[in-house]
Amino acid sequence: MFGVPANQAAEMLIEEINASGGIGGVKVRPIFVDEGPGVAHFVGEYRRLVQSEKVDIVFAAISSADCLACAPLAEELKRPTILWDCSTQRIFEENRYDYVFRTIGNSTPEILAPLLYLLKMKPDFKTVSVINQDYVWGRDSWAMFTAALNVLKPGVRVVSEMFPKFGATDFSTEITRLLALRPEVILNASWGGDLDAFIRQASDRRLFERSTLVMPLGESSLERVGKSLPPGHIIGARGDHWFLHPKPADPKLLATFTEAFHRRTGIYPIYPCHHMAQAIFATKKAYEIALARKNGGWPNDAELAAAFKGLEFPSLTGTVRIREDGQGVQDMIMGTTHLSDRYAFRILTDMIVFPGEMVTAPVGQVSLDWLRTLKPEMLGRIPQPVPFKA
Amino acid sequence: MSRRAELVLALLGAAAVVLLSWAVPWLRFVLTIALAKGVAVLGILLLLRAGQVSFGHALYLALAAYMAAFGASRIPDTLLLLPLAGIVAAAAGLAIGLFVSRYRGIFFGMLNLALSMVFYSLLEKFYAVTRGADGLRVPATTFGGAALSAEGQSWAMLCVALIAAFGSGAFVKVYLASPLGSALSAVKTRETRLEFMGVPARLVLLAAYVLSAFLAGIGGVIVALSTRHVTPALAYWTTSGELVFIAVLGGAGGVLGPFLGAAAYELTRVYAAALVAEAWQMALGAVLLLVILFAPGGLWGMGQALAARRRPA
Amino acid sequence: MSAWFVENGMLLGLATLDGVSSAASVFMVAVGLNLVFGVLRVLNVAHGSLYAIGGYAAASTSLFLLARGMPAWAALPLLLVSSAIVGGILGPPIERLLRLMQGQEEVLQLLVTFALFMILEDGQKLVWGVRPVVSDAPVKVLGTIEVPFGSDAIPFTAYQLLVLPGVALLTLAVLAFVLRRTLFGRMIVAVTVDREAARAMGIDAGRVTLLTFSAGAALAALGGALASPTTSLVPGIGASTIVLSFAVVATAGLGQIEGAALSAFMIGLGRSLAVYFAPELEVVVPYLIMVAVLLVRPQGLFGTLEARRI
Repeated sequence: MFGVPANQAAEMLIEEINASGGIGGVKVRPIFVDEGPGVAHFVGEYRRLVQSEKVDIVFAAISSADCLACAPLAEELKRPTILWDCSTQRIFEENRYDYVFRTIGNSTPEILAPLLYLLKMKPDFKTVSVINQDYVWGRDSWAMFTAALNVLKPGVRVVSEMFPKFGATDFSTEITRLLALRPEVILNASWGGDLDAFIRQASDRRLFERSTLVMPLGESSLERVGKSLPPGHIIGARGDHWFLHPKPADPKLLATFTEAFHRRTGIYPIYPCHHMAQAIFATKKAYEIALARKNGGWPNDAELAAAFKGLEFPSLTGTVRIREDGQGVQDMIMGTTHLSDRYAFRILTDMIVFPGEMVTAPVGQVSLDWLRTLKPEMLGRIPQPVPFKA
Repeated sequence: MSRRAELVLALLGAAAVVLLSWAVPWLRFVLTIALAKGVAVLGILLLLRAGQVSFGHALYLALAAYMAAFGASRIPDTLLLLPLAGIVAAAAGLAIGLFVSRYRGIFFGMLNLALSMVFYSLLEKFYAVTRGADGLRVPATTFGGAALSAEGQSWAMLCVALIAAFGSGAFVKVYLASPLGSALSAVKTRETRLEFMGVPARLVLLAAYVLSAFLAGIGGVIVALSTRHVTPALAYWTTSGELVFIAVLGGAGGVLGPFLGAAAYELTRVYAAALVAEAWQMALGAVLLLVILFAPGGLWGMGQALAARRRPA
Repeated sequence: MSAWFVENGMLLGLATLDGVSSAASVFMVAVGLNLVFGVLRVLNVAHGSLYAIGGYAAASTSLFLLARGMPAWAALPLLLVSSAIVGGILGPPIERLLRLMQGQEEVLQLLVTFALFMILEDGQKLVWGVRPVVSDAPVKVLGTIEVPFGSDAIPFTAYQLLVLPGVALLTLAVLAFVLRRTLFGRMIVAVTVDREAARAMGIDAGRVTLLTFSAGAALAALGGALASPTTSLVPGIGASTIVLSFAVVATAGLGQIEGAALSAFMIGLGRSLAVYFAPELEVVVPYLIMVAVLLVRPQGLFGTLEARRI
């Protein structure tokens, strides 16, 4: 689902790196492994990669379960490992690692930014419902959302909580219930086929006319659901990942990447492509630092890992910093769906880029506890929305 | 095949496993998992003898794996956890077996499937306890009180798996030769006659069922303690299907079949995944199809046929 | 108190509407599975893949043709046509393979279908990839129907409310008619009840099996095709569909057409009621119903006890 576009991005970027001489003169050879068959298989493959293929660095994984399983293994085998796409905040809040790094933000900003955006754009709502996939992200994100909502805007009534099973494709009963209950806001933090199906079915039954939808992972479905999704609903992207980012640090970098990717695959890059790019850029930067520290000598595992601590590296849209606990801090973009003649699908307007520090729990703090200490005055610090300019 | 020849083959197999694990370190884990699945498949073999196929034994495997995951923080010793979780699986097998042993054929298979799917859903739903689809991390365990390094731990798990394989293989062999065991094939062919002789078929099946649940449990604990992470996918019906797959691949003829099948299955899987990442499942399906069509006795049956041809009686 | 009843009564009404349509899609798959079991005596695991392939085929042909100027209404009959084609192409070779296995152990036959399932799962991934595929033209064409709900009105799609249950009822009626009233139908029944005896009476059992199997495959494909406009087609739907239809078939009793309809209805209704009143139970409801039914009637709701072998 997300693996394929990310793979394509990885192939493209690694070709570019190798064409310009590789990292420190060494060509990069990628090995792709399918994490589909489950955790036991994944752990076996991880060992094979490290012990048999002798890879220098591992990028793992989309599924949080696979990340949770391989992080301790990485520590045990002392092989630098980058968590490039999974976001469970548990990894760095419950354990300490020296060889495991995340080159993206974690779950906390991914759900707090949507809430702050909602409070900024639609401050008067009184009722909310949730329909999330039934797995840890779906449950955790709702727990974090309500924890922050209770302190930032007390008194909002939760009218229904539904957690259809992961991979469900028929939401007609859930939609009927939402239509009957008429909540002003509906949070749907699901993704992939689940979210596509939900958006289509909700659109067929005009749920979008009754409630404002908040979809923190909506960016990855925009192109696929096309015109089914009406304007005026809230979309997030698990970072500041958006091919029409209003203020990218390096506009040329984003534009060339977007164009090259679109030419290669026929689709616009979605957030997993950005995540993959970040993992690759971070690796390149870390190697450069480690090589410089060793005066050009090839770094060993420990030296490479040391270079990741405190690393600041460019993403396609901005800068990401890896904290001392291994967690990445990155900005979060939020926006509202908008009609444009130039695209066959909805794009974003009224975009707000939340600074990473503002929405991420500080080092050593447990996200859920930190969210409960937030104060309503932080709403005043939210940047102003930027409209889409054709 | 004589008992001694079988024992010699088993010892040779064990030596090969140890040698391979020493020469190719990453295979150590794969082979440990293969042995664990082999133990679970022994249980499937018992039921196959009675002509029954369970598409739900992943339930016991997963139950024991989760017991190990929960238990490891309280009883951190492998040698205690292993039998304990096995017994829990057997107890569950007894409770469920009392119900399903009344059914035969498709209904037996489907009821097992349904119950394992219920268990799967529970594991996913009660995320407060089970952490849902993300699964639980299994803490490191000791061996007879000794805490080992990561390297030592993986060797120790391999040894535990080997011992479990030998123990359960020998036990199943003895069991099959006992009256309770030989009555199993009568359940398959002439159940009513069995009852005329005063042997309650249901009890014969129940006993085998409980034993098979125990074996699946032992396999599950070994899987959990070597993977060090458990997820609900362990209880999904395709995991059960995999066990039956291995049983047929290895051949239902002898107790070495399951281990042969499991090793072939796991190795095909890792190599197929490395070679044809997109179509490893297709490769496995094709292998299974070929085995069923051309070698219904499985790998073990094939080996026996070859041996028999070379040494005409 | 009475207000509580009124409100919940109305919710019950809404839940029933949803339950009926989800029952309709499950029924389409389950009835095909049951038909196939009748003539071949094997529970076809690959039936779930046929469902998935039927869905993919319908969605991609309709996308392909719509992009080339096919009028939107034609997407509806296209669902039927594409499923018939899927059944016609995939049915015969699978049936051939399964017939090779006749007389082998039941377990081996079941496993052959499991192997086929694994092959078709990856095959479908190779052809259609992992990106969700959907063509919602059939839903859009028919628009929505407002169902009154107190002072409010809830929009339902006409497709969900009329087409799904309509096709399911029609299938049920046609099958019942064919099996009871036509010569070919009686041949099917004869082969189902006793293959040997049917052969002795001069029935071409092979041909009956082939046609029935293909029809069953087409029904599975139609189930997928009917679901394709509303759901996303993603890898893995075959696996989850087949377990659900197993539950329906086992609850109904093997080989029972009307039974499959009733148990699909029970299971569909049970699931949608669960969404309203006990969302946590939704996923396990089908299995709980099945276990409860089999506890009381070991041969399923409508199954007949098989004679015991002596």
